[in-house]
Amino acid sequence: MNDNQHLSSQYNEELAQLRTQVLQMGGLVETQVSAAMDAYISNQSTQLAEIVAADHKINNLEKNIDDHCAHIIAKRQPTASDLRLVLGIIKIVTDLERMGDEAKKIAKGTRRIHEAGQIPIQHSVGIHHLAEVALNLVRQALDAFARLDATQAQVVIRADNEVDAEFKSILRQLITHMMEDPRTITVAIEIIAIARAIERIGDHAKNIVEQVVFVVEGRDIRHLEESAL
Amino acid sequence: MNTNKPLKAEVKNFNFFYGSTQALKNINMPIHDKKVTALIGPSGCGKSTYLRSFNRMHDLYPGNRYEGDIIFHPDNVNLLSEAIDPIEVRMRIGMVFQKPNPFPKSIYENVAYGLRVRGEKNKRVLEDKIEAALKNSALWNEVKDRLHDSAFNLSGGQQQRLCIARALATDPELLLFDEPTSALDPIATGAIEELMHELKEHVTILIVTHNMQQAARVSDYTAYMYLGEMIEFGETNSIFIKPKDKRTEDYITGRMG
Repeated sequence: MNDNQHLSSQYNEELAQLRTQVLQMGGLVETQVSAAMDAYISNQSTQLAEIVAADHKINNLEKNIDDHCAHIIAKRQPTASDLRLVLGIIKIVTDLERMGDEAKKIAKGTRRIHEAGQIPIQHSVGIHHLAEVALNLVRQALDAFARLDATQAQVVIRADNEVDAEFKSILRQLITHMMEDPRTITVAIEIIAIARAIERIGDHAKNIVEQVVFVVEGRDIRHLEESAL
Repeated sequence: MNTNKPLKAEVKNFNFFYGSTQALKNINMPIHDKKVTALIGPSGCGKSTYLRSFNRMHDLYPGNRYEGDIIFHPDNVNLLSEAIDPIEVRMRIGMVFQKPNPFPKSIYENVAYGLRVRGEKNKRVLEDKIEAALKNSALWNEVKDRLHDSAFNLSGGQQQRLCIARALATDPELLLFDEPTSALDPIATGAIEELMHELKEHVTILIVTHNMQQAARVSDYTAYMYLGEMIEFGETNSIFIKPKDKRTEDYITGRMG
């Protein structure tokens, strides 16, 4: 990444502001994801309404940042690393916004489980670990963007593969439970949806680091085999 | 860089001196056939000097000296060789300048000029060639009814297209554009850029421009020059998204003059 200053200090300021906004949005998303997972794992229903209500802040930031990007493209015609930064950010905010949606889904699912009454299987399946790994991915991805560090990409992509594998294993466990005791089906379906949301959060984190690689190195590593990274 | 693509010219170990001052330092670069190559760089980096070396314009002043080769294909002549007649070179290599510089003659005579220098006297041939050149420079429809009006009655953008027609009349193989649109408004600029796109079906174009977005729009290849050196040469698409050299990056992102 280019640390030199532009001749236009206003342009510098605009790009710096853009990055700050993305980090702000990232921080908000991380808080939401973490709060939603906590609520599910600790079985607390107090924060759920707040989580659902806070999602609009993320949505607004997405719109603001996209608007900001459009202005920079129109006024500055960014090139090279500046262009990659703006293009990368346009993609990254989409993933961040979707992470926010997934957090909201987790919160709503948790509320429905509460309302339906709990079942013992909720704690026997490994969502706790899945959530921990996914949240860590979110932090690593945001960190990679904040420092524009492409070296973390491989780590995140590999960890996301683990998340995917773990999700499948949770699915198998829940199917077994449902077959053994159909009364668990209502709640098990909610748990599947929550596990799916967590798994998607991991995918979005992966997408973000892929964009970081593009911003920093100009390489498009999307849809590549792991060996080709 | 793909070396299998046909080349119009190859620049090899090229140095240029204004007296004792070395203005260009060891330039090596291919000029791809029927493509647009843009030369970009800050003022004083030598891009115009470089451009003008192709048609030996520096010969007009004493004390200027070339070293190295500019090999012109397909006949592999060295444009810089003492044995080559600069007038003959300029027949094969046309040039368009920053400010439109029509001759104080009619539209018709401006385009006919190069052909007459060549000794063309047949009126029929002249008329055909003039019409073709004006059509190729996208000016024909605007001037066909007033070919014998003074060229000065044309607008700036039209005058520039007339200069392009004048350059095209002698069927050049290479066209040199030295900031051809910097004196024109955006509409006229758009017309010239569109024209360049059409012209490259027949001729190779080398353009110096200060407008980076223009280089990005019109060229297939871009060369970044700085202080008389060729810093980076490559496909325009990759230079504007991922330049290899930090100095190119700084220049095209507006981090240095």
